[in-house]
Amino acid sequence: MGSPMAADLLLRLLREPAMAAALSPDEWDLALRQARAAALTGRLAVCLREAKALDAVPPAVRRHLDAALQVASRLRQALEWEFQCLARLLAPLEVPVVLLKGAAYGAAGLPVAEGRLFGDIDLLVPRPRLREVEGALLAHGWAPMKLDPYDQRYYRRWMHEIPPLEHVRRQTVVDVHHTLLPLTARHHPDPALIFAASRPSPWAGFRLPSPADLVVHCATHLFHEGETDRALRDLMDFDGLLRHFAAVEPGFYAGLVPRARLLDLARPLFYALRYAQRLLGTPIPEAVMQAAQQAAPPLPLRLAMDRLAGEVFRPKHASCRGPFTAPAHFVVYVRGHWLRMPLHLLLPHLLRKALARRQPTAARRDGPP
Amino acid sequence: MKLAELAPAELKHRLHGAGLCLRTGPFTVRIRSRIPAVEEALALLYAEHPVLEEPVFCDFTVRVFRPLGLRRFFRPQVRFAFDDTEPFKPLPYDHAFPMLEWGLNWAVTQHAHWFLILHAAVIEKGGRAALLPAPPGSGKSTLTAALVQRGWRLLSDELALIDPASGLVHGLARPVNLKNASVELLRAWAPEAVFGPPARDTRKGLVAHMRPPADSVARMDEPARPAWVIFPRYVPASPPRLTPHARGHALLEFARNGFNYSVLGEVGYDTLVRLIAACDCYDFTYSRLTDALAVFDGLAHGG
Repeated sequence: MGSPMAADLLLRLLREPAMAAALSPDEWDLALRQARAAALTGRLAVCLREAKALDAVPPAVRRHLDAALQVASRLRQALEWEFQCLARLLAPLEVPVVLLKGAAYGAAGLPVAEGRLFGDIDLLVPRPRLREVEGALLAHGWAPMKLDPYDQRYYRRWMHEIPPLEHVRRQTVVDVHHTLLPLTARHHPDPALIFAASRPSPWAGFRLPSPADLVVHCATHLFHEGETDRALRDLMDFDGLLRHFAAVEPGFYAGLVPRARLLDLARPLFYALRYAQRLLGTPIPEAVMQAAQQAAPPLPLRLAMDRLAGEVFRPKHASCRGPFTAPAHFVVYVRGHWLRMPLHLLLPHLLRKALARRQPTAARRDGPP
Repeated sequence: MKLAELAPAELKHRLHGAGLCLRTGPFTVRIRSRIPAVEEALALLYAEHPVLEEPVFCDFTVRVFRPLGLRRFFRPQVRFAFDDTEPFKPLPYDHAFPMLEWGLNWAVTQHAHWFLILHAAVIEKGGRAALLPAPPGSGKSTLTAALVQRGWRLLSDELALIDPASGLVHGLARPVNLKNASVELLRAWAPEAVFGPPARDTRKGLVAHMRPPADSVARMDEPARPAWVIFPRYVPASPPRLTPHARGHALLEFARNGFNYSVLGEVGYDTLVRLIAACDCYDFTYSRLTDALAVFDGLAHGG
């Protein structure tokens, strides 16, 4: 455990599914555990299926992969049901609603949605219409999950979204955004650009960001979040989006870096391209890498990021943990907040969170059944 | 090799180190723990289960452990980890083994979606299985424990694993979880029954586990055809009464309490409908175990 070969097992398998035929039972054991820790079991199954390598998987492992696909397909079905419910209640407002992240991948039927777990539904609406949209949701069974007045104020004053809303019966969660990054962040993408470039979706009542915007937002999410739990999954999404749009969208790569610049998001795109290429072997044209390079940070910072990326884009599993993993996650957590807000806002906020963390977490279950 | 054949030092070595790999019906589990009570309970209650040799693929890797720090001394606690994640909050230290059992149930219900997993005890006689769905406190586990000490085979006291392809129910043959007065009742009913050390003051009161009969473990790979769905209810001083239970209602009960019914979608619905259609459904009220045994044996011998 902890050997470099073992630590990379899942990544290598995702990159070269053909090696499935050569894995021993204990390697499968580890690969499945890493996949679970990274929320990538369904993704692994799809990857093996596409490489026609599923038949090489021992039956005892195969059934877990099939189970993960079953869970993913049910979540997808639930997502589509939610699209219909949301569309019905939002229709009278006649407000443009753009789906973001996983919801957009699912609605567009993109290959990255296959085998993926869907969590919150992220919506982008124009800021002046935020109140109306929130009101409609509240009137139809959605309720705020964060009732603490501090959290409510924090979201409304500084964030790019209102506090998450949860449906009281279906327990689905909706994040309503009005822009891509917190208002206090260092970068200021103009949401009007996203709306202007958006396209109709197969789901009435919803629009989709343009392919370039989806990719740039995915990169931004990767490098502006302090949360690292799903970092590898999100990098896999980024890789899958690039591969797909390169194949089906004419002029996709030519427009990508200029679009990121226009959105003031060239730096996160640079990082995402760099680490997707390095860690996942994403085929990216040299010209695109060079164009993105212009947004690269100074060398020392880039070297530091390389080090962090090597730690953070791994399954969150004991077998992938080195002596620098925990410090790296901490640095990324702090960096995420640093990018979110200026220090005079950040420090009081982190202090408050640190104190609140001493209370029992609500996320965990109350006890065994 | 059976766990009973493993030298105590070797059992400890595995539990403290890479893990003890056990098979329980269709699942292999790797268990790690340095807690003596867990070691004792495993040695006693899983004595008949097959032990696997590493390197091997295991469905689930779990750990039961004491948190570090002051908690070691002040109201000591126990924690359960599924591989690297902890799905539950810690429990008091002497609940270590019940927590392992609850954790294993959780692992099965969260992952084994190749089965439709219903909340019911399952026992078998003559190739036909009875599913006993019931809320806690209905005497389901007590009845199950009592019947498997008198000729019925234990498949599970908690999880009914239905194979959607065959419609057969698969067994786990794991220890039966008994609460409060049931423990003494069972000791009197079957003096030969083996119990693990009781854990007091759990959320369910006093809890102790009964070792599954050796024959049930030996036959744990034998699935059974569901024949009856019986909703048991313990009612003090009542005569035994077996009355028909509406099939539609039985289906809804299962759907509501099924662990992964909604995950399976259409397959789950079809499997459940076929299951209910193939079963006679009853309500059963009783107060005495001898009466219950007579009624169940009557069903097994009848048409």
